[in-house]
Amino acid sequence: MGYWETTGSIFIKILLINMINIKHREPDKVMTLSRLGSFHQSKLSFLRSFIREFKDWKFNQDLFDLDTNGYGTAVYSVTNNKRVYSLICYANELDSSERSDRVIATKWDAAFVLHDGTPSKQDIDRLKNNVPKQEVGRMSYKELTLSRANKSIRIFNHVVENLSAGNQPDINILNDVGYLYRTTAVYGSGKFGLADRYRIKDRPEINGPFRLEMMLVYLVRQFTFDQVNHIAKAKSPGTAVQLDKKIARSLGIGNSTGLGMAPFIVNHPALLHKWIFAREEALKQIRSIKTVSSDDLNIFRNCLKQSKYNIETWNTDSDYQNKKIKSLKSDLIKFETEFLKSININKEYLWNDLYRWIDVNLSEEGVEYIISMLMEPYEEIINPLVNNMSSEEDLYFDIPAHHTVADLIKSIQKNYKNVLGINFDKKESISNFWFISKNKEEPRVANRYEEEGSELEQPLAIARDIVSLHRRLLKSPSNQKISEFLILNDDLRHIVRRCHIVEKFPYAEIQDNTIGENLIPIDMLRFKLSFFGAQKFDPRSDKWLRICMYQGAPLMSDLKTSNDLWIYEGQA
Amino acid sequence: MTYGFMRVRHKMRSSSEIDTVSKRAAKASGFSWGVAEEIGKSIKSLELFGISGVENLNAYLKSLNKNKPEGPKQILKINEPLSKSFCPLYTGTALIDAAESVLKLKNVKFSSIDYPILILPFINRLSYKIGRVVIIKMDDYEIKLNLNQFMTANQEIQDTVLTKCKSLEIDILDIKNTFKKETWEQLYQLSTETFVEESERSKTSAAGAGLVDND
Repeated sequence: MGYWETTGSIFIKILLINMINIKHREPDKVMTLSRLGSFHQSKLSFLRSFIREFKDWKFNQDLFDLDTNGYGTAVYSVTNNKRVYSLICYANELDSSERSDRVIATKWDAAFVLHDGTPSKQDIDRLKNNVPKQEVGRMSYKELTLSRANKSIRIFNHVVENLSAGNQPDINILNDVGYLYRTTAVYGSGKFGLADRYRIKDRPEINGPFRLEMMLVYLVRQFTFDQVNHIAKAKSPGTAVQLDKKIARSLGIGNSTGLGMAPFIVNHPALLHKWIFAREEALKQIRSIKTVSSDDLNIFRNCLKQSKYNIETWNTDSDYQNKKIKSLKSDLIKFETEFLKSININKEYLWNDLYRWIDVNLSEEGVEYIISMLMEPYEEIINPLVNNMSSEEDLYFDIPAHHTVADLIKSIQKNYKNVLGINFDKKESISNFWFISKNKEEPRVANRYEEEGSELEQPLAIARDIVSLHRRLLKSPSNQKISEFLILNDDLRHIVRRCHIVEKFPYAEIQDNTIGENLIPIDMLRFKLSFFGAQKFDPRSDKWLRICMYQGAPLMSDLKTSNDLWIYEGQA
Repeated sequence: MTYGFMRVRHKMRSSSEIDTVSKRAAKASGFSWGVAEEIGKSIKSLELFGISGVENLNAYLKSLNKNKPEGPKQILKINEPLSKSFCPLYTGTALIDAAESVLKLKNVKFSSIDYPILILPFINRLSYKIGRVVIIKMDDYEIKLNLNQFMTANQEIQDTVLTKCKSLEIDILDIKNTFKKETWEQLYQLSTETFVEESERSKTSAAGAGLVDND
């Protein structure tokens, strides 16, 4: 499509957006744990925006020095005419008794690091002594992200056996799992000596959250295909065949995610706002479209059709998740039969009617899934929003302490309506506490009344602390300055800071109780993972889950010609 | 004179790690989470300026031995501690919060502060917040802080652990030019060489031409 055609189509779409008074959804509706835990991937998701950003870069395998068992070192590069990023892979022999997805593991099938530039032999040797050790190794400012992964042994062996015998693997067996390897952590932003974000944040290609983490995972996926082909060929050079490209495309990278992710969204309030605001602004703009074209409606219909097939491949033993999947399936059928079949494309503000219907008739699971699909036809709305999904928390760190107690009370009553309704005098409202484990320095949640350590609670009980602050403010002189209030109440300083952040950023807070007895921590994980672009949520308890990333994504060799709808179309 | 630019140091500990570990260590030493957050950011900032924030903080927290130190109850022109000396971290936090009062006072004195290097990043943030250059005199040291961007000192502070200063004085400088009037005139004249002489036609057709401005 040429320049004039592109701008022409954007121009027409903008003309069709009329100024009806559609507002953003209210934070106290959106920011509950149950709704955040019902989010799905969308065009805003980071792995999809990574592919859109990097599809014209050159992806290459620069080194592949593996032995016949697939152990050794490999390097992949991503380059344009100004910049080089390189993934260095270290594949190791691992006894099956040592293979664990727990974050407390100390050995993995493979370890990976994304290096800034082209690594020298000294870099590769230096990192060989550190990357496989992960948390106890030391990286440098030249390294950007770090990860490790374990094989899905059943799937990996099945693929090797079949390829080496000259056959393709059984797609049904592959679909059960969806990947050859699963990562158990992906680290960035200064962890273990990695480069701090400030060193690289002004690079235009990473002007989106977690771009380099997404790059690492994408390249790891390619390594898993190259490794499995290599082992099959080494095992039987005369008969081995390469993994079929279509089958490879249907495989992603798994991930086991625990509670480490949960505090992140509490500790990055400005960033949380930016992510949610992008979604809510997209919804607002789409609902404001006066005339929906038949092409755009067809894209939406095709996504729905493909979704119904894809959801059938979401397998889990979790009752909690199975209920959600069941609810989603019945929502989509209900939506199709009761709304979509009788749709009149000539009706103005069709998407707004659609939203109003789903909001009344479907569960949160169904509503949020359909909102994600609504974004698919509208690259011109989504892309500018993607470019505004990063944030610098430090910019909002200072407390405007010249405000008065009365100002702060007013702000809390406006911005924390749900939270002020929670009774924290009840035992069940404070059942849990968050802490950092001593053995692995990872966040954990425990029952306050059954386990020790609540005196070392992390400041993640925002709702409870807001209620405490509100009570204490009500007992203070209304004209007292916050600077004076904080001298007398410095235990509440962290929460006063948040009140000022939420004034600027209304979606900055989870408007719910993060320590109540009904807390389901995986809701917090699922929210973040949906923004990553994860699929196939498979909770293994209420505290950790497995997911799949890049399933259906174009391979390195096909990136340039790839279609952004791959996430709906690409599964085998 | 020594300098502290916002500079990049190629050490094995990242700024993010320094921030997190300092924050947790401060909390473990009895500071609240909110103050600990301030401390984490401040130590990170000191290290980015090339000043030994981690060394000073570690020595200070050890000296506290988990006892609660004294912060000012309010910021006055002259501040005397009830105990032997003020805590640099509580004092720094109070100064940031009372930025407007400090600006009005223009000059603030503290009679004794422990580990005074730890107060520098707070006052540097204060300088940014009020948009003024600040001079700190702590005993024999004189340090100039410029809007959280630049620090100069009259003697070495970069690798120094200073356990106490008897007095600390903060001067908020007025905004004034650092150059002579004649120098400005010379530079201005040079800048006018980028201008083009306007033609008569241009003068009669430019915006507002032909109108009486008080119509």
